[in-house]
Amino acid sequence: MSKLRLIPKLQLKPSEANPRRLVLVVSKQFHEYTEIGDPVSQAKIFQDQAADELCFVNIDKNAKVELPQLANVIKNVSEVIFMPLTVGGGVRSIEDFRLLLNNGADKVLINTVAYENPNLITEAAETYGAQCVVASIDFKLNKDNKFTVFTNCGTLDTGISPEEWAMKVESLGAGELLLTSIDNDGTRSGLALEQIKKVVSLVKVPVIASGGCGLAKHFVDGFLQTNCSAVSAGNFFAHRDQNFIQTRSQIFNAGINIRLHK
Amino acid sequence: MIGIVDYGMGNLLSVYNAFDYLGEDVDICNDPDSLKIYDRIIIPGVGAFKKCIDSLKSTGFVQALNEEVIIKKKPTLGICLGMQVMCTQSQEFGVHDGLGWFDAVVKKIDTRLTLPVIGWNEINQKKDSPLFKGIPDFSDFYLVHSFFADCLESDLLATYQIEDAIVTAAIIKENIVATQFHPEKSQDYGLKFLENFINWNP
Repeated sequence: MSKLRLIPKLQLKPSEANPRRLVLVVSKQFHEYTEIGDPVSQAKIFQDQAADELCFVNIDKNAKVELPQLANVIKNVSEVIFMPLTVGGGVRSIEDFRLLLNNGADKVLINTVAYENPNLITEAAETYGAQCVVASIDFKLNKDNKFTVFTNCGTLDTGISPEEWAMKVESLGAGELLLTSIDNDGTRSGLALEQIKKVVSLVKVPVIASGGCGLAKHFVDGFLQTNCSAVSAGNFFAHRDQNFIQTRSQIFNAGINIRLHK
Repeated sequence: MIGIVDYGMGNLLSVYNAFDYLGEDVDICNDPDSLKIYDRIIIPGVGAFKKCIDSLKSTGFVQALNEEVIIKKKPTLGICLGMQVMCTQSQEFGVHDGLGWFDAVVKKIDTRLTLPVIGWNEINQKKDSPLFKGIPDFSDFYLVHSFFADCLESDLLATYQIEDAIVTAAIIKENIVATQFHPEKSQDYGLKFLENFINWNP
């Protein structure tokens, strides 16, 4: 397989001070947000540290109406960033795909709309290629003590297991999956290894594991124990200086095939 | 000046931005008749082969490209699907004819593998070429694809290995070079490759 990837996740929300501007935030369990800065300058830092890819997600509940602002952020990013960009949050239609792709996105992330209108997965895959369609799957332990997929920014329990949903979106044409544990998000307690491993074993498309990385060891565990193709983290990379380079060295030293230099 | 062929497929902006970042005069060209004003030509492309070749035909670019690339021999770069479309034929969703600039057939990568291939792979340079000037052998480049160009040994510029499969990463013939990898998405070495293309005098 290709080299395993480290993907900083840049989560965006409208700034409290200026709601028309999307700023970078960190989150804990899909709430408790903290603003931490500008997406373009942060993306430049990640590029200099040779991140493998960047993932931009507008996590605001009004993301649909903020899509033009998101497209504008990506347009600014793509002028100075020369690596793959995955972008999403608020995508509802094939026109939204086009808007983001025309502004510099390489892949588009869909979540709630994939559940509400699964045909869009197929339509987008046929129009732009499967590699362009990344299905974002958020899951957590629901009130019946079962792991289920949640949509609408983690508020709506679909009652479907992550494994079942992963196979479904793959069969509809998704080319990659971003699998996030809501329970682990922002807790720095490690990835939800069991659930991720199950999903990876059931699909052929690459799986990006996300939610809970707080130590370099958590990335190593993710790669070694789940067989995922990439690990994505937001808070982890946002809070400490230079840790991308350190993290990469630690993962490489654990014998994992990742990129070490540019 | 560099002309990026816009035939309605894929992400032209990142290719444009990369040349702009390198300080080159670059245009997105959607009119086949104006292709003659450019010194160098880029054929990008993301998506499916059939739609790509159909779009090239319906927009009138096939004739203009044959004139500028094959007859006038302008330095030309194909990227990803823009490379595949230069081949004789593709087996993606049926059998379709391409531009036929390279004696090559586009085939699916060994299906036991996870597809599409998405990510960074070490590119093995098969020829000593000015296009790889300043780029160490086995540098990482970014690829996204499920199909590859099965080409003549003599046209092979670079390959990469995935599991047991050796996959075509770049091909070259006279004034035409084409890459399966995305130089515009491959950070420093990718930009270096594009800079080398700007300075290339085949």
